[in-house]
Amino acid sequence: MENKVEVKTAKLTAKDFSSDQEVRWCPGCGDYSILAQVQRTFPEIINVPKEDVVWISGIGCSSRFPYYMDTYGFHGIHGRAPILATGVKLANPKLSVWVATGDGDLLSIGGNHFIHACRKNIDIKILLFNNRIYGLTKGQYSPTSEKGKVTKTTPYGSVDYPFNPTMLATGSEATFVARSIDRHTKHLQEMIKRVGAHKGTAFLEIYQNCNIFNDGAFSVLTEKETKDDNVLVLEQGKPMVFGKDGNKGIKLDGFTPRVVDLTSGQYSVNDLWVHDEFEESPVRAAILSTFTETPGMPTPVGVFRQVLKPTYDQGLEEQIEAVKKKKGQGELAKVLFGGNTWEVN
Amino acid sequence: MAKEKELQQLSEVTVRFAGDSGDGMQLTGSQFSDTTAFVGNDLNTLPDYPAEIRAPAGTIYGVSGFQLHFSSIDIHTPGDQPDVLVAMNPAALKKNLSELKKNGILIVNSDAFDLKNLKLANYPANPLEDGTLEGYTVFNVPISTLTENALEGTPLSPKEVARCKNFFALGLMYWLYNRPIQNTIDWIQDKFKKSPQFVDANTKALHAGFNFGEMTEAFTTRYDVESARLPKGTYRNISGNEATAFGFLAASVQSGLPLYLGSYPITPATEILQYISNFKNFGAKTFQAEDEIAGIVSAIGAAFAGSLAITTTSGPGLALKTEAIGLAVMTELPLVIINVQRGGPSTGLPTKTEQADLLQAVVGRNGESPVAVLAAKTPRDCFYMAIEASRIALKYMTPVILLTDGYIANGTEPWRIPKVESLPKIDVKFRTEKEGFYPYLRDENLARPWAVPGTPDLEHRIGGLEKADIYGTVNYDPDNHHKMIKLRAQKIKNIENDIPDLEVDGEQQGELLVLGWGGTYGAIKEAVIKSRAQGMKVSQAHLQYVNPFPKNTGEVLKRFNKVLIPEINLGQLAKLIRSEYLVDAIQFNVVRGLPFRVSDILETIKETLGGKNGK
Repeated sequence: MENKVEVKTAKLTAKDFSSDQEVRWCPGCGDYSILAQVQRTFPEIINVPKEDVVWISGIGCSSRFPYYMDTYGFHGIHGRAPILATGVKLANPKLSVWVATGDGDLLSIGGNHFIHACRKNIDIKILLFNNRIYGLTKGQYSPTSEKGKVTKTTPYGSVDYPFNPTMLATGSEATFVARSIDRHTKHLQEMIKRVGAHKGTAFLEIYQNCNIFNDGAFSVLTEKETKDDNVLVLEQGKPMVFGKDGNKGIKLDGFTPRVVDLTSGQYSVNDLWVHDEFEESPVRAAILSTFTETPGMPTPVGVFRQVLKPTYDQGLEEQIEAVKKKKGQGELAKVLFGGNTWEVN
Repeated sequence: MAKEKELQQLSEVTVRFAGDSGDGMQLTGSQFSDTTAFVGNDLNTLPDYPAEIRAPAGTIYGVSGFQLHFSSIDIHTPGDQPDVLVAMNPAALKKNLSELKKNGILIVNSDAFDLKNLKLANYPANPLEDGTLEGYTVFNVPISTLTENALEGTPLSPKEVARCKNFFALGLMYWLYNRPIQNTIDWIQDKFKKSPQFVDANTKALHAGFNFGEMTEAFTTRYDVESARLPKGTYRNISGNEATAFGFLAASVQSGLPLYLGSYPITPATEILQYISNFKNFGAKTFQAEDEIAGIVSAIGAAFAGSLAITTTSGPGLALKTEAIGLAVMTELPLVIINVQRGGPSTGLPTKTEQADLLQAVVGRNGESPVAVLAAKTPRDCFYMAIEASRIALKYMTPVILLTDGYIANGTEPWRIPKVESLPKIDVKFRTEKEGFYPYLRDENLARPWAVPGTPDLEHRIGGLEKADIYGTVNYDPDNHHKMIKLRAQKIKNIENDIPDLEVDGEQQGELLVLGWGGTYGAIKEAVIKSRAQGMKVSQAHLQYVNPFPKNTGEVLKRFNKVLIPEINLGQLAKLIRSEYLVDAIQFNVVRGLPFRVSDILETIKETLGGKNGK
């Protein structure tokens, strides 16, 4: 008999990734767009058999995501998606493991697992659906809500400062850090593709509108009249230009970024900060992360940082192989009868 | 030449080594144990050390002890009271003297009894001189000076020389109990192979101690304990934690599944993680997680992906893992949670033993959340119960909690090593057929199919939300929920058909049954043997399965007029037994962070029988 390898030639489509479950997010929710962009891009970016894809989530609106993907899926418990994904990946490193999570799930109850996944560079992909509110519990402020946020639990305004997710990921040395917006569909697709292509912990923050409890949180970044002046699209090797007709740019003075007017004649594109996402040092990715907290600065979207270093899962496999090579494949009897033994006759 | 010394035969001896936590008492004790095991005695050990790694020298709370009971007869406990106490300083004497048997042998390092140490130990006067030690056979040995003399000319610093004194004490004890010193010399050579000066110094100190016994006039008698009559076979000395690690390795080999351990270091369970970390050449993966929750959740992920997944912890860690255990119940994934119980609540007594997590294991979760709960009874039993926990988890697709405790985890006993061929095979079948697949279909054991990611055409979703019967989709239907609750409970209940019956040791019916569970087996067993020797009619039964109970448990209990349940908690098994079988069990509860004293159980048996001797 001939050795035949069966090759699946049929090209997958978005529909192949769509499960038979009725999608139950609120009409108008930004999650629909994220789901659509994932399903649209997956046939292109998944370079493993479909059965090797696993979606993992925690708790919250976004965490229903795995139910709607026709892949292996695991809807876990609150905050634990990154570590659940870690276990899956370590047990079977050939799987492509994706996490869908929200700002409460990942950055409040699950903060510890998030930073440690980044630190260890586990080869998992984390999509953060950031709507800056608790949706599933019906509208309490979240760890990314702006200070002073008035919600049901903060009727006089929240007192605490928010987390800056890309700063946290960068500070935890995630090897891939990016941001996109639910309504920037083309850009979002591009970013999902980049996440899919990365090996190591890939973090994508997606601004997502909760039209019930925090409607318009990102409208300044999505509405036609305002978005050009408020969004900075990061492009590799390009100077940082934004604004209507590209009339503004970012200049980096030491560690201080400044917006400059390109029409006054004082500055040209040659004076601008040229984006290098592959820069080894996380410092400039961190500076980019501060934009959202600095009045007058545009919100960067795109890849903040991508560096390559060996992943934890890869390191574990290599160590196992190395030990096997050195000691030989383990034999149970050798372990049990090893050490100090004696005979009773 | 020294006078020929008398050699006296004994059938059993209990020795306690006590000193500062930096004095190397655990090492001394375990070396004495290994040598004692090697010469063929039965033995049982109790390491007892403070939670502080190096508590301030000379203080009472910094005292570390190691007790060992060895014999030519069958024994089951580390002994209630030592026959011999080796006290390396005044604090060690102060802390342990009251437990030394009357007329017991006391060997003290007299060099350590200076003003500073006496003050630290709250001795207003030197107990070596003021009559405190009357009624004991005292040997004042200047161990520090003798060690220094033996190491004259060594390149070691005075501090390093002082640290060799435990080997002097060990050598002396080897002489006194007629044990060979070669095992320890071999061990020293291996342990310090990179530092020849330490090999030399420790070996010299060991010899010096041994020779001191031989030469000094003070010791006129030495003792011998003949080999125990153990069944034929190859033996090793093993602790419960080591046996647990070996058991899961065996379960991995016997099931053909890779072992995955997600864990966070916690006393007294950490050693299991350490042991299994060495099994990389078996493909075993260990993941030292960021916290307790991460340990178990990563294991749940590994179980989903097809590993033999386990997590190890102790009481506070089990509390943290609670929600995740519920997730494993709902997703019906195989998982073993090992809880090496310690003194609680909260941080409690990290290095001491207790049995107070039974109810936490059986019922301590939100919702109706049944899991199988097993309990190992001795250090070596941990090996078999680890395999059994794995078998049940894999066969029934369920989390299983395996309870051990600080005493059996750290204590050691000789173990007749089983042949690998004699171990049970564990059958595992992953679902691969597409036809008729649903994630919550059930087999004859009510277990659902295990379809792991990577299997073509079986893509499905699971999670913590209630699942539709058979189909496994999210479902809020009231009747479905009721049905699923009952199915999950029934699945665990069915395990009773698949485990051994509860056996009664002694009369099969009568006045008194002593019922225990877990690590108290040895103490109860010895108390029962002793009470029978005194003419009492007492039977013993011991539970290794606490959820579900063995099928015949109720029937066994009803054959006895009285059921006595000794536990190192305030009556948790008694509560379960009463509610399950309406048996008015009599409790005996002592919660001191220590194993039961045989004498305490013996007294309670006497009291319970009320002078009737069970007739």
